[in-house]
Amino acid sequence: MPSLKDLKNRIASVKATQKITKAMKMVAAAKLRRAQEAAEAARPYAERMNKVLAGLAAANAGNAGAPLLLSGTGKDQVHLLIVATGERGLAGGFNSSIIRLARDHALKLIAQGKTVKILTVGRKGNDVLRRSFKDNIVHYITFREVKQLGFVQADEVAGKVLDMFNAGEFDVATLFFARFQSVIAQIATAKQIIPATFEAAAPDAASPVFYEYEPSEEEILDELLPKNIAVQIFRALLENNASFYGAQMSAMDNATRNAGDMINKLTLSYNRQRQAQITKELIEIISGAEAL
Amino acid sequence: MADAFNFELVSPERLLVSEKVSEVVIPATLGEMTVLAQHAPTMTTIKPGIVSVKLASGQVTKYVVFGGFADILPESCTLLADAAIPAAELTVDTLQRRIETTQAEIGKATGDEHKTRLEQFLTDLTQLNGIVVAA
Repeated sequence: MPSLKDLKNRIASVKATQKITKAMKMVAAAKLRRAQEAAEAARPYAERMNKVLAGLAAANAGNAGAPLLLSGTGKDQVHLLIVATGERGLAGGFNSSIIRLARDHALKLIAQGKTVKILTVGRKGNDVLRRSFKDNIVHYITFREVKQLGFVQADEVAGKVLDMFNAGEFDVATLFFARFQSVIAQIATAKQIIPATFEAAAPDAASPVFYEYEPSEEEILDELLPKNIAVQIFRALLENNASFYGAQMSAMDNATRNAGDMINKLTLSYNRQRQAQITKELIEIISGAEAL
Repeated sequence: MADAFNFELVSPERLLVSEKVSEVVIPATLGEMTVLAQHAPTMTTIKPGIVSVKLASGQVTKYVVFGGFADILPESCTLLADAAIPAAELTVDTLQRRIETTQAEIGKATGDEHKTRLEQFLTDLTQLNGIVVAA
């Protein structure tokens, strides 16, 4: 049985922890709002881009000379997994769910005899994946010092990916991130970005538009496809960011509540013990007086 | 007065303008072009330069864009810029910094095509710098 003093210390320490988790929850909530706004602000661009590209891609689908980014290298041997995770922990299952998805995917590919290369974005994913896939990790990018996530960072990742693709280092690229659904639900998602896939755009069949292209259609497509990679990555990073703070917020909320429960329990046993001690002292005094 | 049409200027980070306008001048790669209502559907890439937007109310606002492309339809015009800022907020410093990063990138670039593209970008930027400094 812990002594009164021990109990008192424990209560104090749990209270201190509760203060920290509460503060972290508050910070996460504020950052979540900002991250969500950023993700929403980026949506129009990505949507238009998708629409324009889907149209161009459909027109160019059968072409033998279609860009490789669109049609792929024709092989399916070397896979690049781009795993985007957070820089920090203390966010519930956020990082581990992305990592688990990526790991399962990698193991499945390896079992099929494919070559797997991994590019990690974010410290957490790198730390964990390094343990089991040390030889597969080809590059690691961290945004530790970055305060506000901007397009520049996405461009950096995209630049690296495109360099590798142009050098023929892989055939298929898949992006892993957590899609933000709500504060309590973040869904780890895998999305293939090379060769390009498009969300089925609402068919505009009612009014087919014949565009004039300036310069040529191919040149525009050539310019847009690499840009599209950057945009997709940017979106994933923003969603990831929002998911991270969402996960952190609910994790910290839970922690605060658990700390509260613990304080209640500890206080109860503290009071009980104090009462027991008082009773004991009284009995001693009374029985002493009776003995006289 | 010319008919009004919808104009949207979006960068990856945010939506800058979404308004009824009567006239837009965009720096297309093959030369500046003015877009009015009922323009033929056109898709064009743009180079770094100044986009001048004439609102339906007659007021003119200017934005600086750094490359991208425009999707023009008879009843709307959407400009997807790599980066865009209101001209009033542009400072010589930001331009200078961009020019420097591009120069550094040229140094690192491999492959002629990439290099040519960057050099073209640099020329456009330098030209833009000249315009801004003069203004």
